[in-house]
Amino acid sequence: MPGLIGKKIGMTRIFDEGGVQIPVTVIEAGPCPVVQVRTQDRDGYEAIQIGFGSKKAKRAPKAELGHAAVANLEAAPRLLREFKIADGDAYEVGQELTVAQFEAGDRVKVTGHSKGRGFQGVVKRHGFAGRPGGHGHPMSRNPGSLGPGTDPSRVIKGKKLPGQMGGTRTTVLNLQVVRVDGERNLLFVKGGVPGARNGYVLISK
Amino acid sequence: MADLIKELEKEQLRESTPEFAPGDTVRVLYLVREGAKERIQAFEGVCIGRKGGGVDETFTVRKISSGIGVERIFPLHAPTVSGIEVVRRGRVRRAKLYYLRGRRGKAARITERRTTR
Repeated sequence: MPGLIGKKIGMTRIFDEGGVQIPVTVIEAGPCPVVQVRTQDRDGYEAIQIGFGSKKAKRAPKAELGHAAVANLEAAPRLLREFKIADGDAYEVGQELTVAQFEAGDRVKVTGHSKGRGFQGVVKRHGFAGRPGGHGHPMSRNPGSLGPGTDPSRVIKGKKLPGQMGGTRTTVLNLQVVRVDGERNLLFVKGGVPGARNGYVLISK
Repeated sequence: MADLIKELEKEQLRESTPEFAPGDTVRVLYLVREGAKERIQAFEGVCIGRKGGGVDETFTVRKISSGIGVERIFPLHAPTVSGIEVVRRGRVRRAKLYYLRGRRGKAARITERRTTR
């Protein structure tokens, strides 16, 4: 099964039958129409292109309108994304994918654009300890030594240093689907999901 | 969109909770699962505070059990809390009665509130 495009609504908690509170992220996912099918013969790979949301006609470029019209859509989708498909799976242009493809207990991966945190130091960015705050220590959050001296006379590649944190495409694996609401197209996933509220996320198995 | 979260949370709220406030003595009936069997256990004590709102609301009940102070925090809307009974209303001037922890015996009494609200 491929996946879905969704919008992060926010977080809340739900109780299971045992009274245990489960932190969940609510995602409004789909329905996503299949806009195009990529085939081995024509494109060199197998995938489907699906859409999510809609754009006002006057805001969409003519190319997108035409592309949507081919798939018999009323409006151009706000977002188009491709998902690889397994061999033997058949999809048709215009077919709608919904949250029904998931069920409670499934493990999914969720991809989103993580919140940008700007240029951050090593304590926040990499979880370095920093110096103790009290007992005569001078306050410091610097990275300390960058490594050995004369040998190797250089800083090892990949050394964790300050820099831009967040604002990148991030995937969280192995999230558990807690509940599926087919009526409202909602997906309840245990735990956090990258990105801000109202951000777009991709969900796949 | 935050409205949708509110709506979803509303679905989880219990239909009715008795009105109770810190200082009141309450009896909380909660489900205990022992293997396959379920049974209801009561925890009676003074409510010493309520915290949070919506589905997140919890309340703390304190009782003295064989000379030792015991506190339990219950999620107000948990399905395992099958009932809450108000045994006695108390008159207090704080929202959080944490000062009771430092007191025992006579000093830890709470006067009863007689007026009906």
